[in-house]
Amino acid sequence: MNHPLPPDTANEPLAPGQRLPDSERKEFSPEALVEIQAIMAKFPDKLAATLPALHIAQREFGFVSLAAMKAVAQAIGIPEGHVFGVATFYTMYQKAPVGRFHLQVCTNISCALRGAAQLLEKVCEKTGVKPGQGPSADGLWSVEEVECLAGCGSGPCVQVNHDVYDEFVDEKKLLEVMEACKRGDYRPWAK
Amino acid sequence: MAAIRTKPDPQIYTFPGFGTDKFPNLMLRGAGDLDNWHLKTYEQKHEGYVALKAALKLEPVAVVEEMKTSGIRGRGGAGFPCGLKWSFMPKDTADRKFTRYLVCNGDEGEPGTFKDRAILEYNPHQLIEGMIIGGWAMQCAKGFVYIRGEFLWLVEKLEAAIQQARDAGYLGKNILGTGWDYDILVYRGAGAYICGEETALLNSLEGRRGEPRVKPPFPAAKGAFGQPTTVNNVETLAAVPPILRMGGAEYAKLGTPKNTGTRIFGVSGHVKRPGLFELPLGTPMDFVVNELAGGSSTGRKIKAIIPGGASAPMFDEKDFDCPLDFDTVKARGSMAGSGGLICMDEDTCMVQATLRLIRFYAHESCGQCTPCREGCNWMEMVLHRIEHGEGRMEDLDLLASLTPRIGLRTLCPLGDAACGPMDSALQKFRHEFEHHITHKTCYATGSRLLSTVGAH
Ligand SMILES: Cc1cc2nc3c(=O)[nH]c(=O)nc-3n(C[C@H](O)[C@H](O)[C@H](O)COP(=O)(O)O)c2cc1C
Ligand code: SF4
Ligand code: FES
Repeated sequence: MNHPLPPDTANEPLAPGQRLPDSERKEFSPEALVEIQAIMAKFPDKLAATLPALHIAQREFGFVSLAAMKAVAQAIGIPEGHVFGVATFYTMYQKAPVGRFHLQVCTNISCALRGAAQLLEKVCEKTGVKPGQGPSADGLWSVEEVECLAGCGSGPCVQVNHDVYDEFVDEKKLLEVMEACKRGDYRPWAK
Repeated sequence: MAAIRTKPDPQIYTFPGFGTDKFPNLMLRGAGDLDNWHLKTYEQKHEGYVALKAALKLEPVAVVEEMKTSGIRGRGGAGFPCGLKWSFMPKDTADRKFTRYLVCNGDEGEPGTFKDRAILEYNPHQLIEGMIIGGWAMQCAKGFVYIRGEFLWLVEKLEAAIQQARDAGYLGKNILGTGWDYDILVYRGAGAYICGEETALLNSLEGRRGEPRVKPPFPAAKGAFGQPTTVNNVETLAAVPPILRMGGAEYAKLGTPKNTGTRIFGVSGHVKRPGLFELPLGTPMDFVVNELAGGSSTGRKIKAIIPGGASAPMFDEKDFDCPLDFDTVKARGSMAGSGGLICMDEDTCMVQATLRLIRFYAHESCGQCTPCREGCNWMEMVLHRIEHGEGRMEDLDLLASLTPRIGLRTLCPLGDAACGPMDSALQKFRHEFEHHITHKTCYATGSRLLSTVGAH
């Protein structure tokens, strides 16, 4: 087909190493290892600990770097390739650094009908970052466009780190949330 | 620890007449009250664990029979009779003992659906009780609740509620003196819509990529960790205690003969009072949208309604009177799915709406089957160029020719799900697509549904 499509350079594939920088931390804390061991013991198969351990890795390392994946594989005693496959399948594992406040805007249909596209643009304008671009210069913000957050009735919805604002978020509400973040009146990422 | 939520959510859970005989409140008792989740409240106010105590006095098969009598059909999307599904689980014989599992599907990712979340938030004990009764009926060794990763606060709440149930002796060893051991574990997903599909969910629960499995073997033969497993939606399992309390026959009187009971409908989009409404099956759609949800919020007429979550084909005006039950919605060419009604007013550009929906499927396709992986991407690209004023008339035939090559040709129903919105939009709103191609701009003049900043 010779019908040209709009160029889409934003999504050009990167080599895995490029997309998955090594982080400085390389090892789990002793508490995290205990937590992972407990999960392995709870389930019929230790492999089941992969997803929970990756969540813990994200909490400990800030994002799921290659080093984090290796640590997960080692902690559970499973192949690194398996962990890489799992980590790259799920969107909630951040494979690149994110800001201290990771703003996730649902732009799916119900939210879109109530202005999610405009809200996402506002979020980008106020934070100065675009979706998938990594943290802002001050390290505070990153933005992600996400699919339905199951708050469709009262959309648009924004999730900040792990808290969902499913309350008809408009510009005013957004600024309030961002102010609270800046004041430190907010749980940090992944805690 | 993300604390258990303390700020109320603005969702509407009730309407005048709710809780009367005509509109019984079985699933949303205490919804809206953030303190409602405690075991004490459930026991004191909502007849909590009464059904469990009665069920444990019955033979397990008798409980399955009661579920069959109730006629309840799965609330997760496919509408499969729950009692029948439970009866598929293999029974122990003299020379073969099984380890059976019950899995609760709390992935809730279908756009337009936000009902399971309300149960987890306000009535977690009703789900726990339903899971214990289900576990007893199928003589399971363990129950797993798979909850989508975004619901961190609900995972923590459910774990707290499960601990309360353990402390009260409803879970653990020798439950209420029956000699039966059973416990419930919570598992948190990590953001993948496809993990709502039951076999993908099982893979994910085992710590793998959430890719659907080839069926057969069905989960009842080989499910979680290789053992016989039943997967049920949160709402289906939460309906078990009321069914046993009132009796299957009494429950079957609600709704219509083949579509019994109540279900939670979520109304979103361009309506005045979006929210969750628990109604008997067979309630007409226009009653739900106009009377309960208050009709259009924009002052303009509603033009299209998706009747069962994003995967269901759209309805236009002539089907707005459709009774919301599995069979009638299907007969009219859509599906009752997850019970999420998405309402769009006259000014909504259907090309943008369709593109947004298809983009969702293209993004969430697990990539195992070529028709789904490539087909959804192709549909997205073709719609993208129509939306951006570069479409050609042949594109409409191209789109129409793509769906029969995806639908029914894939491992799991996600491929089919993507075809529903595409086909129905093309059939019912073809003039908008044509207008887009000839005029290079939207037919409808409402606000944009797609942002100008990059996607995903
Ligand atoms: C792509 C896809 C997504 C699904 N998502 C969900 C979901 O989020 N929640 C759910 O309960 N069922 C979902 N289902 C349906 C499940 O596969 C399964 O039918 C259901 O959990 C069975 O429970 P039920 O018999 O109680 O309805 C999905 C199915 C498909 C094909
Ligand atoms: S239909 Fe799509 S989502 Fe389902 S298994 Fe195939 S590729 Fe994966
Ligand atoms: S569509 Fe945004 S939360 Fe469901």
